[in-house]
Amino acid sequence: MKRLRAAIVGSGNIGTDMMYKLLRSEYVEPVYMVGIDPASEGLERARREGLETSAEGVDWLLSKDDLPELVFEATSAKIHAAAAPRYLDAGITAIDLTPAAVGPYVVPVVNLEEHLGAPNLNMVSCAGQATIPLLWAIDQAADASYGEIVAAIASKSAGPGTRMNLSEFNEKTGRALAQVAGADQAKAISIINPAEPPMNMRDTVYARVRRPDAAAIERAVLDVVGKVQQYVPGYTLRLIDVEGDLVTVMVEVVGAGDFLPTYAGNLDIITAAAARVADMLAQNANIDGTRVTEAAL
Amino acid sequence: MNTQDHIGAKRVKLVDTTLRDGMSSVSHQFTTQNVADIARGLDAGGIGTIEVAHGIGIGASSIQYGFAAATDTDYVRAAVEAVEHADIAVLYVPGVATLSELRSVLDAGVRTVRVAVHCTEADCAQQPVEWAKEQGLNVMTFLMMSHKLEPEPLTEQAAKLASYGADVVYVVDSAGAMVPHQAAARVAALREAISVDIGFHAHNNLGVAIGNALAAAEQGATYIDGSLRGLGASAGNAQTEVMAAAFERAGWETGASLWPLVDTAEQVLAPLMKEPQIVDETALLLGYAGVYSTFFHPTKRAAAKYGLPSRDILLELGRRGIIGGQEDMIIDVAAEMTGRTFTATEQQGTAHA
Repeated sequence: MKRLRAAIVGSGNIGTDMMYKLLRSEYVEPVYMVGIDPASEGLERARREGLETSAEGVDWLLSKDDLPELVFEATSAKIHAAAAPRYLDAGITAIDLTPAAVGPYVVPVVNLEEHLGAPNLNMVSCAGQATIPLLWAIDQAADASYGEIVAAIASKSAGPGTRMNLSEFNEKTGRALAQVAGADQAKAISIINPAEPPMNMRDTVYARVRRPDAAAIERAVLDVVGKVQQYVPGYTLRLIDVEGDLVTVMVEVVGAGDFLPTYAGNLDIITAAAARVADMLAQNANIDGTRVTEAAL
Repeated sequence: MNTQDHIGAKRVKLVDTTLRDGMSSVSHQFTTQNVADIARGLDAGGIGTIEVAHGIGIGASSIQYGFAAATDTDYVRAAVEAVEHADIAVLYVPGVATLSELRSVLDAGVRTVRVAVHCTEADCAQQPVEWAKEQGLNVMTFLMMSHKLEPEPLTEQAAKLASYGADVVYVVDSAGAMVPHQAAARVAALREAISVDIGFHAHNNLGVAIGNALAAAEQGATYIDGSLRGLGASAGNAQTEVMAAAFERAGWETGASLWPLVDTAEQVLAPLMKEPQIVDETALLLGYAGVYSTFFHPTKRAAAKYGLPSRDILLELGRRGIIGGQEDMIIDVAAEMTGRTFTATEQQGTAHA
């Protein structure tokens, strides 16, 4: 099977972790990594893995004769918003790990099939990838009128971008929870915990439901957890509690430790989900005639 | 108020949080009428800044922290309309509140915002502090759980808050875990390191809230938080009307008038209290173990639901390094202790199902 060729734009933590996940993919081959700092560790690691690299940004990438079919954007919302139309013109499908949300919110186990043909797919947020599947499962089983999530991450895994944008992060995750998971209303809370040794990512989902059938809720949650575990092995269920119309579900997310330490499950789950999206796009491209297939040929 | 700055004048400003921190003691159920009545009394008592809304700050009405009886903007409006002189303030916890929620209460008449971060995470305050300064607000900042850091590293975090534009940096004893010399050492270190005003927010878990407040003032803190009857999370805060008296006896000018404060505490607040504000076993243990004060009620609820002693839950929360805002971890700990969490094997079955 022909693998889809991919570029990673952004050579920081997320971009570098993304590369290691793609190097294991049967369906996607990372060929380029683009940064802005020639001395970055990410670019050095990419060279060692045989990727062609540049510190000259997106201009360099788009000047290549041999364009990739996929680009993973691991920069910032601002940079992606500017680059997105250029990827579109060049016929490159963008998988966006920034908060830009140019394209639809995508969560692999929930709504990826609806967006396989989209030119730009947004990965929501780390908390969104961890909690939307759970709230979606609860909503499917019990009809959620309200959903609320609490995402706690280790201080060491929270970069300056996260810290400066907690307000937008919560608003965006809240919107995606309502839109993708299907609760009528939703709210997101984030916590940055400095405990040593660093804590693993923890997520709690609360839901008020109209049909509080505990057995149905438990089946739905166990099923979706199993599906997420297929691409995030360290995603583990802690608790399902149904009391009256209040459902509480808790998970822990331990990262794969590809580039980032295992406690950074928050960063791992978004790169793992993005790799899953790419694999699904590639498999789909090999089955039927989508725009990705055309670009691949 | 005496504006003449004579030599030796010792001045502090009392900030009252009966209607914010105190909300935790009534499960966030004060009505807008209660807020108006108490704010009016505090204003008559010469309190310059009155903090209102949900106990965890704006935007905190939730399953995680409990739903308040009214919206943040309704509480703010009720307080603004009730007072003649005082500034109405709100608490903003980054990660809980959003800037659009701050915008709403600003439109309702808030003049002061207090941005509260865990003491090691000052940079999470940068966005809201800078935004609030751009809107012309008076900005106070909280280093919560200040007992967790020694004075020197605490000053590094305080310096960051000052650099973002904060008008006041508070040493906040969220767990009520400090004794007077520890409060004094932290305030003294900040006073040395930064040029903006210093504040102190006490909790009474070890029974020394007012002693800590006096010690903080002696080292240069000029904003001191309190609440009527000490109403506040777990053991409560330094008691505002008692501070007005104690600071006066210690030779301080606070600008407060004792009797209107006492009357408001006695006649308006006391009848609304669900239970007396005392240091019970749970409250003492929170201070002793250094666990966040707002865990008081949720821990008691989890203890009842899972049939565990509160003590065991709190000690485990302390051991795990759980911080303010992580109320969900109380359930996690209680469920784990009673064997109700899922095991790895149970899930492996499901992954292949």
